[in-house]
Amino acid sequence: MISFFEFTLASLPALMKGTLITLEIWVVCITGGAVLGIFLALGRIYGNKITYGITTTYIEIFRGTPQLVQMFVIYIGLPDIGIVLRPILAAMIAIGLNTAAYQAEYFRGAIQSVQKGQMIAARAIGMSKPQAIVHIILPQALRMVIPSWSNEAILELKMTSIAFSISVVELMAQAKTIGFRTFRYFEIFILAAIIYYILVSVFSSLLDLLSAKVHIPGLTLKNR
Amino acid sequence: MIYQILLEELPYLLQGVLIIIELLVLLLLLGLIVGIALSAMEVYGNFFLRQSARAFIRIFRGVPATVLLFLVYYGMSGLYDIPSFAAAVLALGLRSAAYQSQIFRGAIESIPSGQMKAAHAIGMNKIQGVLFIILPQAVRLSIGPWSNEFSSELKATSLAYLVGVVELLRRGKYIVSYTYGNALVVFVFCGVIYFILTRLGNNLLYKFEIRISVPGFERRNVRESTIKG
Amino acid sequence: MGTVLKIENLHKSFGDLKVLNGVSLELKRGETKVIIGPSGTGKSTLLGCVNRLIEPDQGIIWVSDEEITSKTIDLNKVRTEIGFVFQDFNLFTHLTALENVKIGPQKVRKLHKQEAHDLALEELKRVGLSDKANAYPAELSGGQKQRVSIARALAMNPKVMLFDEPTSALDPELIGEVLEVMISLAKEDMTMLIVTHEMGFARVVSDEIIFMEHGNIVEEGPPSQLFNNAQHSRTKEFLHKLTELYGEKKEDAQ
Repeated sequence: MISFFEFTLASLPALMKGTLITLEIWVVCITGGAVLGIFLALGRIYGNKITYGITTTYIEIFRGTPQLVQMFVIYIGLPDIGIVLRPILAAMIAIGLNTAAYQAEYFRGAIQSVQKGQMIAARAIGMSKPQAIVHIILPQALRMVIPSWSNEAILELKMTSIAFSISVVELMAQAKTIGFRTFRYFEIFILAAIIYYILVSVFSSLLDLLSAKVHIPGLTLKNR
Repeated sequence: MIYQILLEELPYLLQGVLIIIELLVLLLLLGLIVGIALSAMEVYGNFFLRQSARAFIRIFRGVPATVLLFLVYYGMSGLYDIPSFAAAVLALGLRSAAYQSQIFRGAIESIPSGQMKAAHAIGMNKIQGVLFIILPQAVRLSIGPWSNEFSSELKATSLAYLVGVVELLRRGKYIVSYTYGNALVVFVFCGVIYFILTRLGNNLLYKFEIRISVPGFERRNVRESTIKG
Repeated sequence: MGTVLKIENLHKSFGDLKVLNGVSLELKRGETKVIIGPSGTGKSTLLGCVNRLIEPDQGIIWVSDEEITSKTIDLNKVRTEIGFVFQDFNLFTHLTALENVKIGPQKVRKLHKQEAHDLALEELKRVGLSDKANAYPAELSGGQKQRVSIARALAMNPKVMLFDEPTSALDPELIGEVLEVMISLAKEDMTMLIVTHEMGFARVVSDEIIFMEHGNIVEEGPPSQLFNNAQHSRTKEFLHKLTELYGEKKEDAQ
C-alpha cells in the first residue's frame, strides 16, 4: 500500500496528459464560441427579421437543453445521418456551440449597454453602420463584456469534464481509469479536484489582470 | 418505427422525468438550507466562520460538478456504499449551496445599511432586525437570480447520468441501445423534453415572482451566474 | 453658388404630433443663423433632418446644390460634409480626445495615419485643448467635452456646421468656453446653423435669427430686428420672457 504522496507521483504523468487535452478542448471552445457568439449577438441586434429569428432560435435551443444531451446528440446521434466525428472533435463542437449561445447573450448585453449616442455620433461623421459597429461599438462592448466573459470561460473549463462520457481521454477520463484500476477512488478524484481548482484559480487571476489592463476610465457596464 | 417505440416507451421516459424532478427538488432544498447558512456565516459571522464559509464556496465553485459527483459516489465507497441517487443529491446539492449562498449574500448586502439602523432606532435588536426587516427584503431581492439558478440546476440534473442514475438521459440511451440507428431521434426527443421542462419551470417561477412582488423590488440586474449542466 | 444649405417645405410628424409644419430656410456661405423658440417646437428635429439622422416626411434639402433628400444619394458621404454637434456631446467613450477627433478623417476620409494625427492635433489646438489630447472623455469637464466634439466635427472639413443646443447640458460656468469657440468659428466665416437658448450669444454671433414655434417659422431677421423691432407679437412675448428668466448678459453690452 503506497503512500498518498507516492500515489500522486505515480498518477501525475497520466493526469497531466489528460490536463493537456482538457486545456486543448477549452481553448478551442471558448475562442470558437466567442467568434460565433459575437456574430449571433450582432445578428440578434442588427439583423433583419429572419436573422433575428434564426439566431434567437439557436440561442434558445442551446441554452434550454443540457450540455450532456447536446454532446450525445452530436457524437452518438449524428452518425445516423452520416456525420461521424472523432470523440474530441464532437466534444469541441458540442461545447463550442453551447458556449456560443451563452456568450451571445453576454455580448448582446454589452453591445446594448453602449449608449445610443455613440452610434448616432458615428453616423454623424459619415461612418457607415458596419464601420460604426467595428470602430465604435465593439471596442467598447468587448471591454465591458470581460467580467461576464471570464465567468463563462471558467464555467467552460469545468464543463470539459463531461467529455469523458463520449470517450475523450481528458483529465476526468484519466482519473477515472486510474481510480478503477487501483480502487483508490477518493485519492485520485481529490487529485483531479486539486488540478481543476488550480487551473480555475490561475485563469481567473489572469482574466482579472486582463480586465484591469484594458480598462478605460469611464467605461463600465451599466446595469439596465 | 422509432416514433412508435418512443410512444410505447413514453411512460418509461416520463418516469425518468419524475426522477429528475425528485432530484431537482431535493438538491435545491439542500442547497437552500446550506446556502442560507453559508450566507449568514459570510455576512454576520466572525472571522473564523467567514473564512470557513468562503473556503467551502471557493472549493465547490472551483471544482467541476463531475468531480464532485465522482468524489461522493466512488470516493465515499470506502466508508459507506452510497446509492447513486443520494450521491447526486449530495454532490449537486452542496454545489448549489455554494451558488445560492452568493445570491443570498448579494441580496442582503444590497439592502441599504439604513434599514438596519432604522430597525435599531425603533428598539429592535440585531436578531429582530435581521428577521423582520432584512430577511423579507432579501428574499424578494433573491428571487430573480434564484430563478436563474433553478434553471441551471434543472439542466445540471442530467449530470446524474454520469454516476449511473437512471434518469431521462440514461433511459434514452437504453432505448438507443436496442433500436439501432435511431440515436439522433431519441436524444433530440430527450432534449425536447428537457426544453419543455425548463420552460415550464421558468414560467412557474415567474408567476410566483409576480405573486409575491412588492413595488420597489423589481428584478434588478444582478450579474448573471448562469451555471450549466 | 453661395448657398450652402437650402431647406424647402420640411414636414415631420411623430405619430400624431406634427413637429415640423412646412419649414423653409436658406443658408449662404459664411452665414450664421440661430434658431430660437420654445422647447419642443421642432428645432432639434429640424437639425436632425438636415443630416437625415431623422427622416423627414416631406420636403427637400440641398447641401451645396446637391439634393440630399433623394433616395439615391450616398448618405454617409453627405454626412461628411455636415458637421453635427450634439447637446450630449456623444464623444466616443473608449477613445482619447485626440483619437476622437482623428478617427473620422482616418477611417472615413481614409487619410494616412500621420496626416490624420496632425490634423486632429490642429483642430484640438483650434478649440484650445491641445494639452488634453490624451485624456479620455470621462476625464474631461463638460465644456471640454463639447469643445472636443466641435473639433471632431471640424476635422471632417464640413461645408456647414450644425449645433443642437450645444450648451444646454453644461454647468453655467462652463458655457462661456464653448460659446467663445463658436464665436471664433463664426469670425472665420464658417457656415453655421445653431439652435440655442443663449440670447446674448445669439445676438452677437448671428447674421439672422429665426424664431420657431409649433413647427413653423414665425419670424426671421437680423438680431436688431427681432430684439428691438419684432414684427410679431409672439416673438416679442417670447424674447421678453427669456430676458426676464435669464437676465441681460454681459455679452449683450459688446
